[in-house]
Amino acid sequence: MIRLVDLSKTFTSAQGTVEALKNINITIEDGDVFGIIGMSGAGKSTLIRCINMLERPTEGTVFIDDTDLSLLSKRELRRVRSQIAMVFQNFNLLMQKTALQNVCFPLEIAGAAKKDCEEKARQLLRLVGLEDKESAYPAQLSGGQQQRVAIARALATDPKVLLCDEPTSALDPNTTNSILDLIRDINNKLNITVIVITHQMSVVESICKNVAILDNGEVVEQGAVGEVFAQPKTRAARALVYPESSQESAISLEGQKLIRVVFNGGEATSEPLIATMASRHGILANIAYASTRTINGRVYGSMLLGIEEDKIEKALAFLTESDGITVQEVSDNG
Amino acid sequence: MVEYSELSEAWEIVRTQFPLAIWETVYVTFLATLFAVIIGLPLGVLLVTGDKDGIRPLPSWLMKLINVVINLLRSVPFLIVIIVVFPLTRLIMGTAVGTAASIVPLTVASFPFIARLVESSLREVDPNVIEMAQSAGADSWQIITKVLLPESVPSLVANITIALTTILGYTATSGAIGGGGLGKIAITYGYYRYKYLIMIFAVILLIVLVQIIQSSGTRLANALDHRLRK
Repeated sequence: MIRLVDLSKTFTSAQGTVEALKNINITIEDGDVFGIIGMSGAGKSTLIRCINMLERPTEGTVFIDDTDLSLLSKRELRRVRSQIAMVFQNFNLLMQKTALQNVCFPLEIAGAAKKDCEEKARQLLRLVGLEDKESAYPAQLSGGQQQRVAIARALATDPKVLLCDEPTSALDPNTTNSILDLIRDINNKLNITVIVITHQMSVVESICKNVAILDNGEVVEQGAVGEVFAQPKTRAARALVYPESSQESAISLEGQKLIRVVFNGGEATSEPLIATMASRHGILANIAYASTRTINGRVYGSMLLGIEEDKIEKALAFLTESDGITVQEVSDNG
Repeated sequence: MVEYSELSEAWEIVRTQFPLAIWETVYVTFLATLFAVIIGLPLGVLLVTGDKDGIRPLPSWLMKLINVVINLLRSVPFLIVIIVVFPLTRLIMGTAVGTAASIVPLTVASFPFIARLVESSLREVDPNVIEMAQSAGADSWQIITKVLLPESVPSLVANITIALTTILGYTATSGAIGGGGLGKIAITYGYYRYKYLIMIFAVILLIVLVQIIQSSGTRLANALDHRLRK
């Protein structure tokens, strides 16, 4: 179990102080795949670097099981770090070393014998599907292959925790999916706790069980992915979950009022909502904007309906009675 | 016009003296570079690791001092260095003149240069890769020996090649005051005795040596660089 307790990080420079992280409290259970999502500049990178103390928190601390990392000596910390492996956005491979030598690196650091290193490294390259690339240099590998090597390297010391810092941000969509599949596999097979930092919703959706939303250095929402994404409560969360909704403010329809319908993953989508409204109540809705997504087989999302002003009360009454959705009138459109 | 007797006299000197002179130039250059690297490499590493953003920051006054001393040594003209280190040369070599003795001032004059070259090579290493090593639990020594140095090998080779050619040029100067080699021949015959043919021949040989060192150094650096797709 990993616990971040009252963690804050302030950077002081000549230009003044920046509060990168404010009073973060997160608990991550063993075997979880935990996503930390936020816009760029939200403090994600600082946060993940606090977990292995690459950045020392200004206040608060990190517990791995019962070990308080802020109390460790440099030497003890280095030993603990071999249990908290890290995967990076830009892979960070040694460019002058082969794939095999790269995977060996953490073992060499830990002082293992060369023969043991190579044996283990071969095994891991097989796990990530690159057994035929052991003598290739990173420059000869594609981005996805390089990230696979980096993941194999991260697993070399049999870590308990895998920190992934934007692991797919430098990859194309297809490669992203295959890398995410690999991370999910590793979590399942080896039962390693995975913490993923990302700005991509799709990453959290596809592999995370729990999520924390980071905005401006603060955790604004956290919980199970389905719950948090179903009803994003804060502005920052909504902007992440429905990035297109920022376009809503540009929408205005003459002579009509706007109603936002939010799908909460209930039965709403099995009933033809708009059609029912039109056929039974004669209310013709203009779909000004819609964005829905399926998480664990349930539909979440929001829709912006333009409805003629004189029918607005009727429409609201109908929609409010429907199951699985929440409705609100959009005033002033912004 | 060059007369035949002049030509044959010059050829005689070239034939009898040049093989030794070339050998002296080459071994002095390589030995001086070797010693300069032995001193300059750790110093260059220190300049990078001891930096305030380095992996093991040293007190800023100390770093400033090291930087000032290096700059100071680099700004002293080589001829002055030779004279200033006379006592040191005598202490180490037993004498301050001669080919072997010229290795001492050459080393003193070039190690600060090498330190700067090493510094610039090591700064090319991606800081993210160093962070990776730290996250894997590497200590400072492991980062230096397993990341910084191995990752910058091609750049180090390219930079040491530059140092070799520069030091080769210095040997010509040290030839002026007691050192041996092609530089000495060029000066003794060309400058003191007006035998320009010999001087020109010596200079051409120096140019050829620089070309050989530079092109083989570049080729080696490229061969060692695995960042290039091959």
